[in-house]
Amino acid sequence: MVERSKIVVIDDEVQMRRFLKASFDPSEAELFEAENGVEGIRLVARTNPDVVLLDLGLPDIDGIDVAKQLREWTQVPIIVLSARGREKDKIEALDAGADDYLTKPFGVGELLARIRVTLRHVSRSKGNDVEPVYEVGSLKVDLAMRRVLVGGKEVHLTPIEFKLLSMLVRHAGMVLTHRQLLVEVWGPAYSEETHYLRVYMGQLRHKLESDPARPRHITTEPGVGYRLLAE
Amino acid sequence: MAERPDPDALLAKVKEDERVNGRGRLKIYLGMAAGVGKTYAMLNDAQEAKKRCADVVIGYLEAHGRPETEGMAVGLEQIPLRSLDHRGVVLKEFDLDAAVSRKPELILVDELAHTNVSGSRHRKRWQDVQELLQAGIDVYTTVNIQHIESLNDIVAQITGVVVAETIPDSLVNEADEIEVVDIPPQELIKRLHEGKVYVASKVEQALSSFFKKSNLSALRELALRHTAERVDRQVRTYRAAEGASEPWHTKERILVCVAPNKMSMRVVRSAARMAGALHAEMIAVSVDSPRQAGLGEPDRLRVVEALRLAENLGAETVTLSAQDIVGEVIRFAHARNVTTIIVGKPVRARWREVVFGSVVDTLVRASGDINVLVITGSDASGTPQRIIPRKSDHTDLRGYGLAVGVTSVATGIDALMYGHFERMNLVMVYLLGVTYVASRKSRWPATLAALLSVGTFDFLFVPPLHSFAVSDVQYVFTFAVMLLVALLISTLTSRLKDQTDAASIRERRTAALFNLSKKLSATRSRIEIGTFTAARIREVFGCDVGVLIKSRATGKLFSGPESECKFEFRPNENAVALWVLDHGKMAGAGTDTLPGAEGLYLPLNAEKVCVGVLAVKWIGEPIRDPAQLHFLENFANQLAIAIERTNLAKDSHEAMLQVEKERLRNSLLSSVSHDLRTPLTIISGAADSLRASTHLSEPRDRELAQAIAVEAERLGRQVRNLLDMTRIEAGGIELNREWQSLEELIGSALSRTEKLLYEHHVRTDISPDLPLLMLDGVLMEQTIVNLLENAARHTPAGTNVTVRARTQLGQVLIELSNDGPPLPDGEEDRIFDKFYRTSTTATQGFGLGLTICRAIMEAHGGTIKATNNREGGVSFFMTIPVSDPAPEVPLG
Repeated sequence: MVERSKIVVIDDEVQMRRFLKASFDPSEAELFEAENGVEGIRLVARTNPDVVLLDLGLPDIDGIDVAKQLREWTQVPIIVLSARGREKDKIEALDAGADDYLTKPFGVGELLARIRVTLRHVSRSKGNDVEPVYEVGSLKVDLAMRRVLVGGKEVHLTPIEFKLLSMLVRHAGMVLTHRQLLVEVWGPAYSEETHYLRVYMGQLRHKLESDPARPRHITTEPGVGYRLLAE
Repeated sequence: MAERPDPDALLAKVKEDERVNGRGRLKIYLGMAAGVGKTYAMLNDAQEAKKRCADVVIGYLEAHGRPETEGMAVGLEQIPLRSLDHRGVVLKEFDLDAAVSRKPELILVDELAHTNVSGSRHRKRWQDVQELLQAGIDVYTTVNIQHIESLNDIVAQITGVVVAETIPDSLVNEADEIEVVDIPPQELIKRLHEGKVYVASKVEQALSSFFKKSNLSALRELALRHTAERVDRQVRTYRAAEGASEPWHTKERILVCVAPNKMSMRVVRSAARMAGALHAEMIAVSVDSPRQAGLGEPDRLRVVEALRLAENLGAETVTLSAQDIVGEVIRFAHARNVTTIIVGKPVRARWREVVFGSVVDTLVRASGDINVLVITGSDASGTPQRIIPRKSDHTDLRGYGLAVGVTSVATGIDALMYGHFERMNLVMVYLLGVTYVASRKSRWPATLAALLSVGTFDFLFVPPLHSFAVSDVQYVFTFAVMLLVALLISTLTSRLKDQTDAASIRERRTAALFNLSKKLSATRSRIEIGTFTAARIREVFGCDVGVLIKSRATGKLFSGPESECKFEFRPNENAVALWVLDHGKMAGAGTDTLPGAEGLYLPLNAEKVCVGVLAVKWIGEPIRDPAQLHFLENFANQLAIAIERTNLAKDSHEAMLQVEKERLRNSLLSSVSHDLRTPLTIISGAADSLRASTHLSEPRDRELAQAIAVEAERLGRQVRNLLDMTRIEAGGIELNREWQSLEELIGSALSRTEKLLYEHHVRTDISPDLPLLMLDGVLMEQTIVNLLENAARHTPAGTNVTVRARTQLGQVLIELSNDGPPLPDGEEDRIFDKFYRTSTTATQGFGLGLTICRAIMEAHGGTIKATNNREGGVSFFMTIPVSDPAPEVPLG
């Protein structure tokens, strides 16, 4: 993080806020704390932060509603903090406009990585300079030329496979829900046809991964969606 | 034009099909007489069945010492007979309980019409057979034609022998198969001569009585015709169901009047035969009229028996209550669309009919468009025996006292009047007295009063005085009128009184039932309901009553704390009650089932289930009057409804509580999980930061931070397992099924456990042709994660962990094997038990991970098991059923 980023934490747990505060280097990030949803929304409006960390279990209003209300007027990246087993909440929050999520308990490394990815995504879409070539590990995707290389060897993808991959590439490092992928690639009428994704993700993995059963690029977030690992 | 099948016919067919399901099949070997070879034929078929590997046993066999028959039975298992001590003689009897608990596929029970030794559960063997059928056991049995109920009197006419042991027609009609075992009469007689049927000493007697050729031919015809009629009926049922043919015709309905005379049985049988031939419904009716009130006990019992016979023959029985017998019967007949009324020919003397009129004549005249069939009886001695007045009146000494007293008073008044009034006026005073007695008391006191009046009047006031001689003939006329008036008035009075009595009995019953239902509807507890009803029944019927309610938790019967109930339940009686509960039928004293019991037991049949048993012990004479019993059944019904209502109320209350509990549990769970996870997140996060921090220079500090992080993570897993388990235990598993790729789930599980397994060699072998499965992805991944964590914990570093998946026999098989130490012998299944930890390893953990795995697999309709590999290591096998193939996915 080059310049000092502003981060708003919306969480009712004092200890959690204190831990998050301790996790950031004060020289790199400035933290603003809110202990409920209403206060959080006000704080975001006042400080215009770079990232919002949003806990879903808030005392006053539902975290999902906070995400929805924020999305009405700001595109600030929102990262949701929630426990495993609450996949439905996560999907709802993501579909409501949150950008990513972290499952409690999480490590600091994980948190920083998520924030990094989100900020990068924002800066990319703000500048409209979508990098035409994406490269991570042995995978290289040229969106403009519609070319995919694995370990230097060109791989042939079907149009849908490519569309799927390019969607993942544009959100590299971030989770994409089933719904988001289905609507983007097949259209809104197909938002419930998750088995399309199972089939095509399987095909993509078999073409891109050295061991499709232990994927290094496209990972599954059970019950939520998929993620293209960026680092 | 396509004909629409008659819905009734369809229903009948469906019922028949339904009946067959789950119920045993009955095959009857029907013969015209003993010795035709029924038992032999039955055994022959049994041996055939056994060859087809059916589980065949002999329940009861009567070989009559015939070696051929005995030879046929060789190789068939025999259920040992029960020995019963009957008045010092040990008798062998078919052991129903042993047969039911042995539960063979097919059982042979010879001699269907046999009457069981008292002390058996049922009075008749055919009832045993019914219970076997109900238990789902197929039965082969034998019977002779003369034992069929509706043919009973015809057989008696043919042979002159009245057969006491009969079986109901319904049983024969419902038999799945009937095989007529037939040989020509000459052949049978020949066999008899050869001593193949009876021992030589009996042959002569048999040949001269029952086994006459004419008898045998007639019986043979009867057997064949009966079977032919049955076949005909079956063909009709079939054709009716196919909607094939037969002109639509109105349903015949026959009403048979049961009168209190000896002919009634015969009339009922004839009606039943006619109903059978016409495929008509039959209703047996008896009318409770004031006339009936004067009947003696034997005649009443005759009505009861005739009604019971009608019921056995498949008729509906109704008891009407009216003054005008004919009018009521006609009204009822019209209401039920009866086409034919059957009555017995009157057996009363001609003069009585002329004087009092005949029921049959009136009936014929009033019947309108209903046919009336009058059936004759050969039995002339069938006049109803009237015992008038009733027993209680004989002993009514006060009546006679009143007669004497009133006569004395009248005499006193007359003495004062004597000389001042005409003699005729003295007669009036006596007449007044007689009328008074007749209006208050029954016929005998009135007659006594009349006689006394005549006597004293004659003696004291009619010349010659102080002598019974009568000088003037006109006084004879006076005496006669006095006597007649007394008789007439007393008859009218007693009839009126009977009617009032009947009305008040009815009134009392209705009131009692009304009160009961009113009270019951306000009562909430089952015990209270039972106690209250018991008290009411005790009041109305004057018997000991116990209410046994079926506990819904245990299914056992319990009785409330009824201190005033003197009904003691000995173990034997309890068994009867249990039988009634299981079968939903009445049993015990006065019935045909377990008649040896002390009490009568009525089932409390609610809508679908039997909710309990009403036990009744008569203190005096048992009630056998069907109307009374019916009334008792009404009480039982009210009771059943009330109990069922409280049960339902309880159910809905419990359901509400359950919902409330569920809600509470869920909110508790989520708050607990939140409260535990947040500190854990902070601890592990903080430890993580410490570990990564550059400020920790001491290796010891770094190690401590590492330890905190690792342990916090482990604690997190335990908390997760504990919460998962609580959730599973609380409300089962709610599956969120979607089409899932197993490869994907395994991949995700492996990446989640990467850190734990980094020192193991993890390999995968996943068949490329796995279909998509309808699974809860999150839970299935959790299962694989739990198994991988398990492997990480129990196997040393550097060993192999392999995950394989393939389809096999319509299932998907996932195998997770390791090179670790084997499971202790015999613990392969127990490791899935809750809180179980292997006896050899003292590793940490609650022992919940595998329990959760099993719960999740079972919720998916799959299985999980663990085995020690022969080459070492342990394999976990999971199977998931493959249901329908996933829908097509468009290519592109």
